[in-house]
Amino acid sequence: MVDWIEIGSVNEIPSLGSRVVHANGEEVALFRTANDEIFAVRDRCPHKEGPLSQGIVHGKRVTCPMHNLVLDLSDGKAVHPDEGCAMVYPVKVEEGRIWIAWQSAAIPE
Amino acid sequence: MKEKLVLVGNGMAGVRTLEELLKIEPDLYDITVFGSEPHGNYNRILLSPVLAGEKNIGDIMLNDENWYQENNITLHTGKEVVEIDRRNRKVIARDGTTEKYDRLLLATGSNSIIIPIPGKDLQGVVTFRNISDVKAMLDISSEKKQALVIGGGLLGLEAAYALKQQGMFVTVVHLMDSLMERQLDPEASAMLKKTLENRGIQFLMETSTEALLGKHRVYGARFKGGLEIAADLVVMAVGIRPNIDLAKKANIYCDRGVVVNDTMQTYDGRIYAVGECVQHKDQVYGLVAPLFEQAKVCANHLAQLGFALYSGSLTFSKLKVTGVDLFSTGDFMGDDTTESIVMKDVDRGIYKKIVLKDNRIHGAVMFGDTVDGSWYYQMLRDRTDISGFRGQLLYGQSHLGDSGHGGVNTAADMEDDFEVCGCNGVCKKDIVNAVTSKGLFTLDDVRDHTKASSSCGSCTGLVEQILTFTLGGDYSEAPKAKPLCKCTDYTHAEVRQTIKKQRLMSIRSVMDYLEHRSPDGCHVCRPAINYYLMSSWPGEAADDPQSRFINERAHANIQKDGTYSVIPRVWGGLVTPDELRAIADAADKYNVSTVKITGGQRIGLYGLKKNELPEVWSDLNKKGMSSGYAYGKSLRTVKTCVGKEWCRFGTQDSTSMGVTLEKLTWGSWMPHKFKMAVSGCPRNCAEATIKDFGVVAVESGWELHIGGNGGVKVRPTELLCKVKTDQEVIEYCCAFVQLYREDAYYLERTAPWIERVGMVHVRKQLIEDDQNRKALSERFMNSQKFAQKDPWAERTGEDGFEKHEFIPLEVTISHG
Repeated sequence: MVDWIEIGSVNEIPSLGSRVVHANGEEVALFRTANDEIFAVRDRCPHKEGPLSQGIVHGKRVTCPMHNLVLDLSDGKAVHPDEGCAMVYPVKVEEGRIWIAWQSAAIPE
Repeated sequence: MKEKLVLVGNGMAGVRTLEELLKIEPDLYDITVFGSEPHGNYNRILLSPVLAGEKNIGDIMLNDENWYQENNITLHTGKEVVEIDRRNRKVIARDGTTEKYDRLLLATGSNSIIIPIPGKDLQGVVTFRNISDVKAMLDISSEKKQALVIGGGLLGLEAAYALKQQGMFVTVVHLMDSLMERQLDPEASAMLKKTLENRGIQFLMETSTEALLGKHRVYGARFKGGLEIAADLVVMAVGIRPNIDLAKKANIYCDRGVVVNDTMQTYDGRIYAVGECVQHKDQVYGLVAPLFEQAKVCANHLAQLGFALYSGSLTFSKLKVTGVDLFSTGDFMGDDTTESIVMKDVDRGIYKKIVLKDNRIHGAVMFGDTVDGSWYYQMLRDRTDISGFRGQLLYGQSHLGDSGHGGVNTAADMEDDFEVCGCNGVCKKDIVNAVTSKGLFTLDDVRDHTKASSSCGSCTGLVEQILTFTLGGDYSEAPKAKPLCKCTDYTHAEVRQTIKKQRLMSIRSVMDYLEHRSPDGCHVCRPAINYYLMSSWPGEAADDPQSRFINERAHANIQKDGTYSVIPRVWGGLVTPDELRAIADAADKYNVSTVKITGGQRIGLYGLKKNELPEVWSDLNKKGMSSGYAYGKSLRTVKTCVGKEWCRFGTQDSTSMGVTLEKLTWGSWMPHKFKMAVSGCPRNCAEATIKDFGVVAVESGWELHIGGNGGVKVRPTELLCKVKTDQEVIEYCCAFVQLYREDAYYLERTAPWIERVGMVHVRKQLIEDDQNRKALSERFMNSQKFAQKDPWAERTGEDGFEKHEFIPLEVTISHG
């Protein structure tokens, strides 16, 4: 069962920026790319738990503000040669509104 | 149908090209590799340690057969290609194996030169080039005792040392009167000879070999003049020659090597060539670093990107016979137009000579202590003006004052658990493991994989040493003019110049104009470009918050747990009871867990949540306090002592001067953080001589000091000049800051900037040219008109800037 939750409007997130959502004791970072794609990633870097939401967004990637680990937003995986993986949440955008799937969050292989 | 790419030559240059290609375009080609040796690709520069018994063949394999399988590469080992049929686009091996190609890559390497003397074909006469040569030498050394090495160059000496390690009696015969005469000056060469003699190697200098003696197997050699010696093994190590037979036979244009253009293509555009077989702009290379640069360019073209160009490499020599370090680069002999700085310590076996021309390094040769070789090399390449630190030059980069690795500065002395990179906690063994298990060759590789040397950079020299130490052979990195980041090939200087010349006003237009490779850059280039725009066009270019590092975007310092710190400005370190009360009230109100007096004479509140920041700022604003920019690439603090107002030694009012300078310069964005101090007398209680701009009061006026640093590498300031009036202090200060803002690269502190451009340049701009100084100072004052707005005040209240930055999205989640 996928549990889609409405988060807000795409316009509430700055282009190449992010906002944080607190829910269920989790902090989830929502990122918006230059092409207005939205990605949701648990706001903890796999390296040393840095808040990814505070990093610089470029392409479909974010650079952690703590030690410059670069993560791919689409699958949460660190970009080679960095290692590690952050949890990602499925996202859909309908009529400018952002939805994320809370329950089906998963750590990819 | 995929195009077919065929590689002839299964060695380091060719396979590296494939690796680079697979990284960018893994599925573009069907790849086939021919190698004449019966193995996968191995690290040829490590053959010496194998011969010396310090490593075995398994240790030096770079790509085993699994690698070829995993990447769907067809591998023909032990098959020598003997013909290229260019008309039908196929290659034919000696055994008849034929492969068609759409693109062909030649990496046939080079052959050892065989001296045409009687007896050259006898058993027991070998060259030193590949695994089978090494096996042949090891076989003989296990039974026989007498070895003769012909050639006292790099390769010959490595072979001699290795055979000595295997227990043989080794004689080296050399045509010239000094060893490695092309890489060493006579002084260093003599020290090398003595060291090797002490290890039991004998030398026959200025001697040419006339014949090798024996019927089937060699038993001796005869030299010109009639001397004969016994030899069970003869190693010919007189040099290498590009292997161009195959290309020549196919009528591909060759000179000394296969001639290629800047994209590594031969005169037949479908046929590429890389490595030792190549001749580019009249140069032939035998070191690994240039080969890897060629590989990168070639892969780029094969991947149909085509923007990379090879412009040749500057090289240096480094021989690594265990325990014998030597290094040379550039013109180390010198002539009438050069001067030399020499250090010679015979007892410790250390010799260093640096050849200078016009205050720049022209060449260097070192024996015994080569730690700083890469530093000299880099300065040679960058044409760094060394006049500011000429006196310390010979003592090297890591002289006293370095922090973070306990003063140890040679790789050989380190324990495995020794923490090399104090910033990222990387130990020697982590680096060694990464280098051996992942096949790393360059400093950048090591940085990417281990994070060592990627933060403050003070351990760079050590990491390079460990790299050389681990790779063992003559591997040497050839750094180039650094591009701004991986998104572009343009350097900092080029990017800034373009912004000014073309009047570019936005990050987008810069990236478009310079044809950036990635759509919106990365965390390295965006902040840099943003800075260049802001500093080039004050009041015109708009700041881009999303291209700021979080601290500058949120105007607070992010801490390790994701909370923030708040540090209000305390002008010149002077604070009122009301301000102290306001800080204390804020600490109470927001439950601040740590309140600390900072190193810059201020008070920091630590552990605040991001959404609390605007409220804390608002509270502090109300009491007249503003942002202290403790998070910014900007003026941090102006540290002062109490000066003549209170101190019995004080000669001037240092606190007032501090406040004046702080009021003038706060808010200005700079390439990096910038610290000032004003001391009231030469006792210098404000420690002004380790600041970016330091002012020391004397009875007759003020001394102005620049370029100090108290951080990673302690560096005292250099005296800029002495002035009489307060007004002069202000003008020089503003002019200096502006020169730094316009001249230094993003993230370059004043100390390395001054080391790069030279004190002479700074003096020319600020002292010798009054007009220029005034103009700089005016430009600074103009840009301050747009910069001096308290970012805290701008971000508080109902309609504050960037509200989204500080408030999380509200969601009410109801699910069961």
